[in-house]
Amino acid sequence: MSAAPRTPLWPGIAAAALVTAFAVAFMWAENEWEVIGVLAAAVVATLVARRTGWLAPAARAFEMREPAMNRVALAALLVFVGFFHDDHFPLLMVGTVLIYFTVCLGLTIQFGYAGVVNFAAAAFLGTGCYTAAVLAAHSALPHLALIAIGGAIAALVGSILILPVLRTRGHYAAVVTIAFGLLFKTFLEVNDTLGGPQGLKLPSMTLLGMKFNDNFSVGGVEFSFYMHYVLAALGLAVLAFAVTRRLERSWIGVSLDAIRLDETASACFGIHIARWKIVAFTLGNFMAGAAGALYALMLGFIAPTSFTFGDSLVMVSIVLLGGIGNPWGAALAAAIVVVLPEKLQLIQEYRFLLYAVMVILVLLYRPEGLLPRPLRSYLPGWRPR
Amino acid sequence: MDAGLLAQFVANGLMLGMMYALVAVGFTLFFGVLDVIKFSHGDVLTVGAFTGYSVYLGLKLLGAANPWLQVAAVILVACAAMGLLGALIARYLVMPLKSAPPLNVLLVTLMLGTVLRESVRLFYPDGANPKRFPRLLPTDAVALGDFNLRLDSVLLFLGGLAVIVAIHMLINRSKLGLAIRAVAQDEETARTMGINFSLVVLVTFALGSAAAAFAGVMNGLYYNEINFGMGLWLGVIGFSAAIVGGLGNIYGAILGGFLFAALQTVGAVALPFASAYKDVFAFAVVIAIMAWRPTGLIAEKSSERV
Repeated sequence: MSAAPRTPLWPGIAAAALVTAFAVAFMWAENEWEVIGVLAAAVVATLVARRTGWLAPAARAFEMREPAMNRVALAALLVFVGFFHDDHFPLLMVGTVLIYFTVCLGLTIQFGYAGVVNFAAAAFLGTGCYTAAVLAAHSALPHLALIAIGGAIAALVGSILILPVLRTRGHYAAVVTIAFGLLFKTFLEVNDTLGGPQGLKLPSMTLLGMKFNDNFSVGGVEFSFYMHYVLAALGLAVLAFAVTRRLERSWIGVSLDAIRLDETASACFGIHIARWKIVAFTLGNFMAGAAGALYALMLGFIAPTSFTFGDSLVMVSIVLLGGIGNPWGAALAAAIVVVLPEKLQLIQEYRFLLYAVMVILVLLYRPEGLLPRPLRSYLPGWRPR
Repeated sequence: MDAGLLAQFVANGLMLGMMYALVAVGFTLFFGVLDVIKFSHGDVLTVGAFTGYSVYLGLKLLGAANPWLQVAAVILVACAAMGLLGALIARYLVMPLKSAPPLNVLLVTLMLGTVLRESVRLFYPDGANPKRFPRLLPTDAVALGDFNLRLDSVLLFLGGLAVIVAIHMLINRSKLGLAIRAVAQDEETARTMGINFSLVVLVTFALGSAAAAFAGVMNGLYYNEINFGMGLWLGVIGFSAAIVGGLGNIYGAILGGFLFAALQTVGAVALPFASAYKDVFAFAVVIAIMAWRPTGLIAEKSSERV
């Protein structure tokens, strides 16, 4: 082994601490001008850091010391959540970001790695939501199981699409998922047993006798009831992240990349294209469905208007903005896309317009996204000389 | 089922089919010349319908009350404006991305569609609410038993038919059409033969977008209502129709448009207990057709170069 010194960890830790401090300041900002001020400060700081080259050591720390940095990021998130432990609104938002993040990890596997387009992410999220709602109302299944069942049902529903998705390519495959997304929402709106346009209500989630919709206190510190859901969503997101990362690094990930880049060539090398496309598609839908089940339990109320084609497009935008194939990028973009319009009520009305313009600009001028996917590193710590 | 009601369904289906075919023809034209999907097509239709509505309001303000003059002005201005918009989109969004992955073009135009749709919703006066489109054509009706054949429907249908025939003649009988077909077949050879590639592309996009504007105005005149979301729905249906028919084939697009309308109508008739599911049924059949014939009913002629 080489005696090269290990990449220092502290730039990564410093970056995580700064981002956390910024996030806390952003959440704390009360009026529009404070929010805009904090945002401007962040943009300027990022640009300055890029100019002076201070960003590079942090990026290298993330790349080279991944297990340690994963823990740092997790700790940073927990610190952030700790700051707002008795505040409903920020916690609800963190939960939503984590749910979106999980769905986008599924999309990353689907079209970031395997190149299978999916313009119906919101429909698979919705499948999970409605599965959880129906089962919570009509069965005594433990609520934790609902999350797994929601994912399984979404994967099952997705399997209807496998044949058309496998046989078609490019534009033709896109129309299959778009048609499914529209079909799904129309179906929900006209189906009375699923509540029609009024949607469905869900009971409070319970786990081992613990009611998730009650505030609680530990050691005299009051916690918002949303803390339960945030921790559950965090668990789910961490699980999905671990799966995505391991999948990417494994030989399966190499096969998926090969299929995306050139189907004919990878078939010549003996890669079973259909098999890996099915695996990627199903796994992605499972993640979306599982996230959906938890989302429904967290919100306590679901309606078809949350699962429109526009929402599917928002999820695709997250993956693109963040940088196709980079889970960290998806996390960053999910946070921006979900939180920004909530904090800046000024732009709430214009958010779809702004996302659309943002994605057009990204595609025209920076097609690799905010955080481009780094080169695959086969050995931890290995760097081309 | 009695004959009158059946005739009503058929008439309605034909009308829908004509609108879908007009939209689908645009998709197939764009795909023919540039091998791209321009997904903002449906929202161009919306903008066209709103342009037509604005022209009507403007004429009313000016005191031009002759309905024929109004119809002519509404259609002409809407088609011309959308033709220009289509050419601009082609010039500044689609052509720069010619060598990018097809998915990127699809996404850019999807997002452009969102921009157009949201702009209509946010910036058109009271754009979030449906608008009452005026009845400009004579509404005299011929009663055949239970079946009311309205003159305006007949006129609209004939108008749509005229547009489709005109596009067909233009593509197959004119020098410009020859250039369009040449570019669609082989861009490089067409260039070496002295065809102005960019001009042909811009004209094709203008043509398709004008057809969409016509469909939008037609939709407004038929249903007497327009809203900012109408284009998304019509665009997706038109796209499905073009795909089901086989991209790049103008007859396939027309076939697909009428097929989709037939599916919706059959869905409404055959599922009387649940006619609300007619769109679900139609899209399910589209997915099934895609599984059965992955490149449409009239298959796209292509082989892969490795």
